Amino acid sequence: MNIVNQLQRQFIDFSTSLHREGFVDDQFTQLQKLQDENSPDFVVEVVSLFFEDCEKLINNMARALEQTQGVDFKQVDASVHQLKGSSSSIGAMRVKNACISFRSFCEAQNREGCLRCLQQVTHEYSLLKNKLQTLFTLEQQILAAGGSIPVVD
Amino acid sequence: MGLKLQQSQHQHQHQHHSVAVKVNEQTGTKRGYTFIQANRAWLPKFLLLWVMVMAFLSTWIYKKMDADIKVRRKEVLSSMCDERARMLQDQFSVSVNHVHALAILISTFHYYKNPSAIDQETFAEYTARTAFERPLLSGVAYAERVVHSERGEFEKQHGWTIKTMQREPSPVRDEYAPVILSQETVSYIESLDMMSGEEDRENILRARATGKAVLTSPFRLLGSHHLGVVLTFPVYKSKLPTRPTVEERIEATAGYLGGAFDVESLVENLLGQLAGKQAILVNVYDITNSSDHLIMYGHQNQDGDLALLYESKLDFGDPFRKHTMICRYQQKAPTSWTALTTAFLFFVICLLVGYILYGAAIHIVKVEDDFHEMQELKVRAEAADVAKSQFLATVSHEIRTPMNGILGMLALLLDTDLSSTQRDYAQTAQVCGKALIALINEVLDRAKIEAGKLEMETVPFDLRSILDDVLSLFSEKSRNKGVELAVFVSDKVPEMVMGDPGRFRQIITNLVGNSVKFTERGHIFVKVHLAENTKPVVDAKVETCLNGGSDGGVPISDAHQFKTLSGYEAADERNSWDSFKHLVSYEESRYDASINMTVPGETSQSVTLMVSVEDTGIGIPLIAQDRVFMPFMQADSSTSRNYGGTGIGLSITKCLVELMGGHISFVSRPQVGSTFTFTADFGRCKKASFNDTKKSNTEDLPSSFRGLKAIVVDRKPVRAAVTRYHLKRLGMLAEVAGSVKIAASACGKNGSSCGSKIQPDIILVEKDLWLSVEDGGLSLRMLDWKQNGQAFKLPKMVLLATNITNVELEKAKAAGFVDTVIMKPMRASMVAACLQQVLGIGNKKQAGKDVQNGSLRSLLCGKKILVVDDNMVNRRVAAGALKKFGAAVECAESGKVALKLLQIPHSFDACFMDIQMPEMDGFEATRQIRMMESQANEQMNGSGIDKGFARKGEWHVPILAMTADVIHATYDECLKCGMDGYVSKPFEEENLYQAVTKFFKV
Repeated sequence: MNIVNQLQRQFIDFSTSLHREGFVDDQFTQLQKLQDENSPDFVVEVVSLFFEDCEKLINNMARALEQTQGVDFKQVDASVHQLKGSSSSIGAMRVKNACISFRSFCEAQNREGCLRCLQQVTHEYSLLKNKLQTLFTLEQQILAAGGSIPVVD
Repeated sequence: MGLKLQQSQHQHQHQHHSVAVKVNEQTGTKRGYTFIQANRAWLPKFLLLWVMVMAFLSTWIYKKMDADIKVRRKEVLSSMCDERARMLQDQFSVSVNHVHALAILISTFHYYKNPSAIDQETFAEYTARTAFERPLLSGVAYAERVVHSERGEFEKQHGWTIKTMQREPSPVRDEYAPVILSQETVSYIESLDMMSGEEDRENILRARATGKAVLTSPFRLLGSHHLGVVLTFPVYKSKLPTRPTVEERIEATAGYLGGAFDVESLVENLLGQLAGKQAILVNVYDITNSSDHLIMYGHQNQDGDLALLYESKLDFGDPFRKHTMICRYQQKAPTSWTALTTAFLFFVICLLVGYILYGAAIHIVKVEDDFHEMQELKVRAEAADVAKSQFLATVSHEIRTPMNGILGMLALLLDTDLSSTQRDYAQTAQVCGKALIALINEVLDRAKIEAGKLEMETVPFDLRSILDDVLSLFSEKSRNKGVELAVFVSDKVPEMVMGDPGRFRQIITNLVGNSVKFTERGHIFVKVHLAENTKPVVDAKVETCLNGGSDGGVPISDAHQFKTLSGYEAADERNSWDSFKHLVSYEESRYDASINMTVPGETSQSVTLMVSVEDTGIGIPLIAQDRVFMPFMQADSSTSRNYGGTGIGLSITKCLVELMGGHISFVSRPQVGSTFTFTADFGRCKKASFNDTKKSNTEDLPSSFRGLKAIVVDRKPVRAAVTRYHLKRLGMLAEVAGSVKIAASACGKNGSSCGSKIQPDIILVEKDLWLSVEDGGLSLRMLDWKQNGQAFKLPKMVLLATNITNVELEKAKAAGFVDTVIMKPMRASMVAACLQQVLGIGNKKQAGKDVQNGSLRSLLCGKKILVVDDNMVNRRVAAGALKKFGAAVECAESGKVALKLLQIPHSFDACFMDIQMPEMDGFEATRQIRMMESQANEQMNGSGIDKGFARKGEWHVPILAMTADVIHATYDECLKCGMDGYVSKPFEEENLYQAVTKFFKV
């Protein structure tokens, strides 16, 4: 029981820190709320979808931006839009914010800025991935220990 | 552009005109500059050029005029000169002729007669007596030709020797010409040999050779020292042949007659006779020797006008001698002032004209510059205005988004288990947040109205319940202040009207909010009636004004109060009982009548309501009254300090009222109060349509009170009418009694004999009335009466109070006088709740939140919903959210897939559609779906086979847009392409619920 408590506390602390540091916003919380007995792996499912999507998009953009000349900014912009949509859907706030500045560079057709933003997005994405993986591991541990996942407001 | 240029070039006067035209067409684009404007740099040069041209022109004019004058002068001179010359010549020739006659006389009487008939004496006498004939000759003398051989004899004969001019005895010569006969004036030359003088000798020789009068060159005469010439005439002894040779002439010569012409005096006399003697100078020259002109008359020194002279030929009858007369003007040609002034004036005038034109041009340029500047400023000001509105809209929008988050979280927080303190804090935060949202909404509204983007909804709504809601918002505040808050809606006002409930609520909230803010005592009274009903009211008002003089002056006392809601004086008498009762009684009759028959007005499509909000607050200072409706203007700066607020509310209110097709006005008296009155047009709604909407829109008033009877004990008729209005809404019959006594007696009477009068179930007593009768033992009597135990149900006593202290409440309860207290402001629902409590009629109500949550589930449960989104994650999240409410969700990743899935027939109940999708966006997809559906519908109706199809209506799957931005324009776009609504992404429960309720009826 003690372990469960500890894990739960750890979980709460961790997810609060995620909120505090702006990795996720309340949309993520909403998402967590959507998870119930009918769909026990809802969050994990959605998040992994997101990561897949993300990776694909980032690769797309990186490829598009590799060209030193004649970068297809339209395509990049579409990808960024996609990414922004999905990140706001799961509440990945920092990724979303990075996307916002990315888009403005896209509109300005600024390759330098785009590359910088792409880097930032990639960075944010991997950070978030790590964090969320940690979170999910904690969840797994709690469940394995027989506890229930505490609700974080 | 060319046309415009022409137009503006046209004339100065047209400038303003074309300017006005231009203002209309112009919107910041570069305008056509006028000719003057385009050449502005050239203007000074033009002026200079003009001045130079004009200077040149005036110089030319001067020269021309001067030349004319000179020509005329020359003509005058020549004519004068010619005249003089002719006269001189005439006179001269007259004299010469006479001398000629003398010569003939001498030849006749001296030589042909022998002895001579003439001697010195005779000659002297004759010449003296005929001197008048020769005014020009100083004298005449005759010299005889004497050959040297005859000299001795001649001298002897005359008794003197021949002398030279120098009066010496003459030396020996071939010939002599001694003067033998002379006029007395020249007697001094007698015996002088004329041939001794060189001039005379030459003359003599020439004269006898030619036989004509000859002249000497001019010389100084011996006697007068005047310049003169000597005229010499030959005298012949014998008659000459008709054509004599020179030798014959010389041979025949007997002597010579001579005369001295005093030319100087001759000319002098002559000129003296003529006009203009002073004007010209005359010189007479002997020009025989062309290289050396000898002067005969006039001064050699050259004064006078040298520039202009005229020469006239003179012929004195001597072909050998040539004479000429030269005339000059005495004075130099005077400066011709006429020419000068003419030219100068011309120049000055031209200069002035030029300057005026220049000034006008400069002025035009300046005006145009100013105009352009103004226009630029105008454009900038407009741009600034637009920017301001945009800024407001954007900022408000940006603030609203996080604020919604805050409020949502607070709502969630309040759902959790909280301690009472925490709950209190959270509630306070929520209230504050809501206030802030309200303010932001106001600003946004203002910006929207300015941008003309605000649109009015037209949905059916219950006016009365909205008024109740608004009042309940302010009930706390007004209660604390002890201000009575009341609403009265005329029965003629339809229960449901079509309009924008939100905006209507906003107007009422603004007005009531203002009133509450500025009112410390008295009442705030909202009254709604049909605009057509104002007529009797106005009449009544006039009446009141006519006879209400004493009424207004009465101080506020218990006995004589103003007949308003609270007894305080109001700014506008329209709501006082005097006028109000007209309205109420009028309505009463109508109401009674309308129970069985429809109100005639109901047939018309729209209804105009007049709403007035009356307060007894501080009023609006007179000076501030005209800017009340201006945004951000408060009566004065201290207002916002004392009362807060931005001053934006009333301006929004005005805009909203105008959008509703009405107008707003107010009457305000400082320290008395203000009454805001507005009209608004609403649509009537059809009975059928509002019966079902009513449920979702308004809370139903319990019907369990229908038929109950009540007595309202109130001395203030207006207030009583309000109370009665609320009771009436509950379906109760209400009577008004002026005092408890009357009410009690009414009850008592009815108790004993169940007559026609009503048996009250409830008696409602105003607090102030109760307090005033409390001591009078009336309550005791009531109590007695109560305890006496009537056979039937006792009427329940209800106390109506704006505010009541605990002590009073206790007292009242202890006295057993009241069963409950209804706190004002009254609302039908609250009254109902209180009465339920008193009468024990049960009616449990659910908490709203659970109902909603549950209903969303019930709405969506089992429904099949298609979610269309290209974004996998979004799709998943949306699906998850909808699944949570029990819906069966299917997904499509593009518009095309959705189209395929929605091929008719399908079994979807709704479709959530993302707008921004590659290939086919949400709008396009929806358009195609709708097209598909309409085709299917046509077929279905056309064939008429599927009459018994499961779906009663037509194919129309509700499509909701999912979008992250909820800008109005997008919403319009959604509707345009056939969508039924939109939900914001990510889903919010409330939003979703609102959107979904429209389609899924429980």
